[in-house]
Order: sequence, then C-alpha cells, then structure tokens
Amino acid sequence: MNAREKEQYLREYYVLKGKGKPFFPYTIFKDGAMATLVLVVIIAMTILFGAELGPKADPTTTTYTPRPGWYFFFLFELLRVVKPPALVFIATVGIPTLCLVLLILLPFFDRNPERHPLRRPIATLAGILTIGAMAYLTVEGAVAGSPTEIDMKVSPTLEPGKAVAASSGCLGCHKIGENGNSGPGPPLTKVGARLPKQAIARTLLNPTPPMPSFSRLKQRNPKEFTELVTFLSSLR
Amino acid sequence: MKLLPGPLRRRRGAAAEDGRPAGAPVDGDLRRGNGALVQDREEEAERRRRREAAVEVPISVAAWVDERTGSGPFLRGLLYRKVPPSNWFYTLGSATMFAFLSQAVTGVFLAMYYRPSATEAYTSVQHITNDVFLGQFVRGMHKWGATVMMILIFLHMGRTFFFGAYKYPRELNWIIGVVLLVLTMVMGLTGYLLPFDMRSFWATVVAVNLNSSGPIIGPYLADFLRGGAEFTSVTISRFYAIHMLLVPGLMAALIGAHLYLVIKLGVTAPPWMKAEKARELAKEEI
Repeated sequence: MNAREKEQYLREYYVLKGKGKPFFPYTIFKDGAMATLVLVVIIAMTILFGAELGPKADPTTTTYTPRPGWYFFFLFELLRVVKPPALVFIATVGIPTLCLVLLILLPFFDRNPERHPLRRPIATLAGILTIGAMAYLTVEGAVAGSPTEIDMKVSPTLEPGKAVAASSGCLGCHKIGENGNSGPGPPLTKVGARLPKQAIARTLLNPTPPMPSFSRLKQRNPKEFTELVTFLSSLR
Repeated sequence: MKLLPGPLRRRRGAAAEDGRPAGAPVDGDLRRGNGALVQDREEEAERRRRREAAVEVPISVAAWVDERTGSGPFLRGLLYRKVPPSNWFYTLGSATMFAFLSQAVTGVFLAMYYRPSATEAYTSVQHITNDVFLGQFVRGMHKWGATVMMILIFLHMGRTFFFGAYKYPRELNWIIGVVLLVLTMVMGLTGYLLPFDMRSFWATVVAVNLNSSGPIIGPYLADFLRGGAEFTSVTISRFYAIHMLLVPGLMAALIGAHLYLVIKLGVTAPPWMKAEKARELAKEEI
C-alpha cells in the first residue's frame, strides 16, 4: 500500500468507526454471550466425553502405537506421506517451518490494498486450499491406523511373518524398507544380510535394552515366532 | 420512601409519616407518648442519611481511585470507544481469550494436586481423577478446553485472513497472533505428556524424535526438551515448567500486547462495508 492508499483506508475507517456503537454495552454483550457459549460447549464435551486416563506409561513396551493430539494429526500425516529417509526432515521440519514463515510474513508479501475476500481471489483461493489441505491431512491422520502395516511386496510364504512383525510394534523403533520410525533401534531393512537366522532369533529372545524380549511370544506361539524370524532373515 | 414496596414501608417510622398508626401494638405506641414519636422521627432521618451515604460509597471509592491513578479517562476511552458495525465472527478473538482464561483457572486447580515426576505423575493424575472433589470434571474441562481453544484460534485466524484484517495498519498484530498460535500448539504438545499414560508418553517420544530430525539445531532442541539424551524424570518436570510457567507467561504478555493494539488501532469493519463505502464515494465523484 502506498501513502495515498493508507490515507484513504484510515479515512474510510474513521467514517465507519463513527457509524459504530460503543464497546460498552454492545460489544461486551456479544462477547459475553459468546464466552458463555464457549463455557457451555467445554462443559458439555467434558460431560459427554469425560477425561479418560490410559494405562501407565511403560517405556519398555513396543506394542503401543503413538497417537498425537488431534491438532497435530496434519503434521503426523505429513510424516507418513513422505517416506524416503533422506526426505523425512522435509516433512518434520521443512514444510512446517516454511508454512510458519509464510504465515508470519503474510502482511509483507500480500500488499494488495483490497480487503474484500471476493476482490482478492488469489489470497482467498490460497486460504481455502490451505484449509482444505490441513483438513484432509487431519482426517487422514485420524482414520489412518498406526504404523501397524508394512507396505512392501514379499513372497506369499513370508506374508504370515510380515503380519507378525507389523502387529508386534517393531516399526515403533525400527525401519523396514520405507515403513516405521528411524530410531531408536537400527534399521531392519537388510538385517538378513547382517545376521544369520539363528542370530536374529537369539537377539529377539535376549535383546539389548530397551527392546523387550520376544521369549513370551516363543512360549505362547512358537509358530508365529518362527514365521517372524523367517521374515526378518529374508530381508536382505 | 416511596421507592420501597408496601410491606417494607409499613414500619414504625413510616407509620408516623403516614399520620396513622400501623402494626399491631397500637396501645403500646400511644402509651409511649409524644417523646417517643419525636425520637422515632430522628431515627428515621438518621437512617435516611446513612442510606444516602451508602449509595455514595461506590462513587466515592471510584473517585478516590481515579484521583490517585488518573484511570478515569482511560476507562472511559476503553468502554465507550466506538466499534464499527460488526457481526458474530468478531467475537472469535475474545472467545479464544476466554478459553485461555478457562485453561488458566482449571490449570491452577490441577497444579494443586499434580506432581511432576516420572514415578508420581501418573498416580497423582489418577488421584485427581478418582478421589479429588470434582477432579475428573476439572481435568475434563482442561482437556476439552484445549480442543476448544485450538478450534477457536484457527477460526479467529481464518476470520482475520478472509476479511483482510491483517493489512495496514494491523500487520504487527497479525505477527503477534501467529506467535500466539505457535505458543498454543506448544501448550498442546507439552501438556500432552503430563498425564503420563501410554498414549501421552509415546506421542511425546515421537514428537521429540521429530524435533531431533531437524537440521543443525534439531538434535540440540530435542536434548533440551528431554533434559538429556534419554526420557527421564527431568523430562517431565521440564515439560511441566514449560507448560505452566514459561509459555502461559509469554502468552499472557502477548495477549496483553494484542489487545492493546486492537484498542489502539480499532476493531476492523467487515470488508463489504468498506466496499459499499468506496462505491458510494465513487458515485459522488461522478
């Protein structure tokens, strides 16, 4: 905006402000009504949904799938969309930081003096698209399961082992292909090339902490344990 | 006296004023004679003086404060300043602030019972939920208040964006608003760990790991949040201090600055009013 546009805005605003009503009692009344509604909604949600408390945090478990608060679903989902490890930092830090910088600098690159949403179609469209993208990512993040699926092609004989690995929470700490988290455990993508089958089984039974032992799985269901070892040793 | 409804008026003094005795013990009143009547009148006058003095109290208190602070003109300017014709979208900002205040109040009560250590956090939250009077209710209000505040702050930002309210002369207030949005999300992140159940613990582990994936400062930021290389009791007290002291303090200060600028620069008018105004002016010029 140049000096003339600024001056014109201030003049117009002065006229419109003169036409307005005093803050007290008119605005106070509206704000008060809205505040009451907010309080009612908070209390209604409290009564309807309560405040559940899950089981106590257990840092040694691996079967638990992390879920953030719903308002972080869009960031979470962004992370799931970007899978190649070299690009992960783009999803975790790059895109959010870029969006934030754009948001802060908005008044400096949008210098159009027009304020009506229909008279600045680019800004309005960009806003609607951003909201749409965030809503889409939030919904996807909400319905998407957790990292309990391993998205890779294996021969049918290895499928049962893949299912066991997926449901055992390995992906919470390990990477298998492009699935799972890159830490704290080492990637398992080529574990079969690093370790012979017996060594994999030994590690599963006597792992390095904080990884939990799979000896209970072996006692309860030796077949699943063997399938898991077969699947892991096939990764090379 | 006429201000009072009938039953309240019919007391002894009032009866004398009316010129006819009222109430049951007529004999007693007559027996006391003239002296008693004069005394009654004096008592009545005294009571009236006191009542008038009582009405003056708030006015004189206000005058006393004003004389010492000079806040009168400021308050008049604050309360009676004109606000351009607006609609309900303009209440979203104050609604967000109200949600923040609700979080502050419920948060203070939760802080009375919460113990920020890895061994005690979960049991203290259990204690709040199961034993403390209205504990579950207050914790629920804090939890759902966070959701409501997050929705309101995004709606408020949407209103500001689509109405072009971030433009001259309100650019700085937009920046303060974005910082407040980020701080609100930091509140969401740090508060999520505090109940210390499975859900909150693992979500926070992942969130901190995500931080550590950032270039250059990422690993340092993650170490700062954890208070070391591992999740320990230090982590939880660190998150607690950030959640209940650092960020709320910053937010309160920034909300103050945000409101100051709103009052100083004025509330925007809906953009279509501006458009109408411009069209009117254009017509006049032709």
